[in-house]
Amino acid sequence: MKRNDGRKPEDLRPLEITAGVLQNATGSAMVRMGRTIAVAGVFGPREMFPRRLQEFGRACLKCRYLMAPFSTDERARPGPSRRSKEISMVVRNALEPAIFLEDYPKAAIDVYIDIIQADSGTRTAGINAASVALADAGVPMRGLVAAVAVGKINGKYVVDLAGKEEDESDCDLPVAYLPRDGKISLLQFDGSLPKKDVKELVKLATKACEEIHKLQQEALMKRWMK
Amino acid sequence: MRGDTQAPARSFNEKVDEMILQENFISKLVSKNLRMDGRRLDQIREIVIDPKPIEKAEGSALVQLGKTQVIAGVKLDIGAPFSDKPDEGVLMTGAEFSPISSPDFEPGPPRENSIELARVVDRGIRESSTLDMSKLCIEPGEKVWMLFVDINILDNFGNLIDAAALAAATALNRAVFPKYEDGAVIHTEKSKKKVPVKYKPVACTFSKIGDYLLLDANREEEDAASARLTITTRDDGNVVAMQKGGSETLSIADIGSALDLAVLKGKEIRKLIS
Repeated sequence: MKRNDGRKPEDLRPLEITAGVLQNATGSAMVRMGRTIAVAGVFGPREMFPRRLQEFGRACLKCRYLMAPFSTDERARPGPSRRSKEISMVVRNALEPAIFLEDYPKAAIDVYIDIIQADSGTRTAGINAASVALADAGVPMRGLVAAVAVGKINGKYVVDLAGKEEDESDCDLPVAYLPRDGKISLLQFDGSLPKKDVKELVKLATKACEEIHKLQQEALMKRWMK
Repeated sequence: MRGDTQAPARSFNEKVDEMILQENFISKLVSKNLRMDGRRLDQIREIVIDPKPIEKAEGSALVQLGKTQVIAGVKLDIGAPFSDKPDEGVLMTGAEFSPISSPDFEPGPPRENSIELARVVDRGIRESSTLDMSKLCIEPGEKVWMLFVDINILDNFGNLIDAAALAAATALNRAVFPKYEDGAVIHTEKSKKKVPVKYKPVACTFSKIGDYLLLDANREEEDAASARLTITTRDDGNVVAMQKGGSETLSIADIGSALDLAVLKGKEIRKLIS
């Protein structure tokens, strides 16, 4: 079976990861997954304001995911939406287990994710970029977090849904995975499928995440091992 | 619990000590397959549903899940369809964490928790095709029924998502259209026509404490949990929505056993929706 863009079911979209794309941010990365482009910038660890929100034994991880108005076919309303607030939260949950937040009491680590072009899989592209940006910032981490969305189209399990595939698929199942621990830190599901399929898809997603993980490592090596 | 509010003031350190003690206590219990209220790990609290508490709403339900109380109301109105789906009705789900429901909630615009809750309940209804959206169309591109599901948390003793999903499903299952004459809705009168509902989506939320998954956590257990997984299933056993919460991870095995149990328990809970 060939997909709309000629990929095989288990193929990722062309994936390009670049670390260190911004100069003001402590760490940054740009990820292109096919036509989806995410830029992540990390600031900190730095002092947390307002002070009353500081946490005693650990740093506070703050995430903000936002889609640019020009990123979609029809202009998106600028500013945060209910959707973007939820995604900001699940992205934070996806990244938190990878970070040694306990090393920075009372500090804040800000992760900003800008989706400058959206063609499905924006939260997963955002996580892939944010994870590299955190490492690029020198934030101590247990490992990188890789993420991808999987689905089922015409009876076939497919990896890394692109564009219209999200509508064709029986489900949209984004997963974030910590390849070093073999653990899952983000899991969502929209659609309708028997549980057997869901179990298979989760496994397939973790495999694809391992591929992404390699490219994340390569991007960091390229930036820092000269 | 009335006793809680009467307790003498404690210092911050005393409160922290107490929280740590409680977390340790809960995780020790769970590792012995025990829970503070005597339940098994896969046992949900008693459910009581009042299926029509609000006369003015087109559909409503008050769900008591143990001491947790959630009310859902369905209202219908006429509006314009979305431009990409001109021949389908519109579903909107909202949630209000009323400050009366817990000493921790403060009034104000929706926070991420209430947005997440509303969106998880919404996806359970939407993705399961519970509503036949094409039957909610009156004039393609012009006029459709807009269906509002609003959730109000009255008393939070944990597992608001499952209680809210159950309240919403029950409210929808009994919802009727308001009277509609000469292109206008008469809000004061209900018709006898039922809102077209095909399924009864049921959410099951698991909390991970130590290496164990437990179902239907109470508030203390939620505080002690590292991660959360909500799985919504519909009548044919299909999974229709999942949402992982919490700042720790889950293993593939956790997800597998949660899926098995969610299908099983979903069947049980679904019988309560009438």
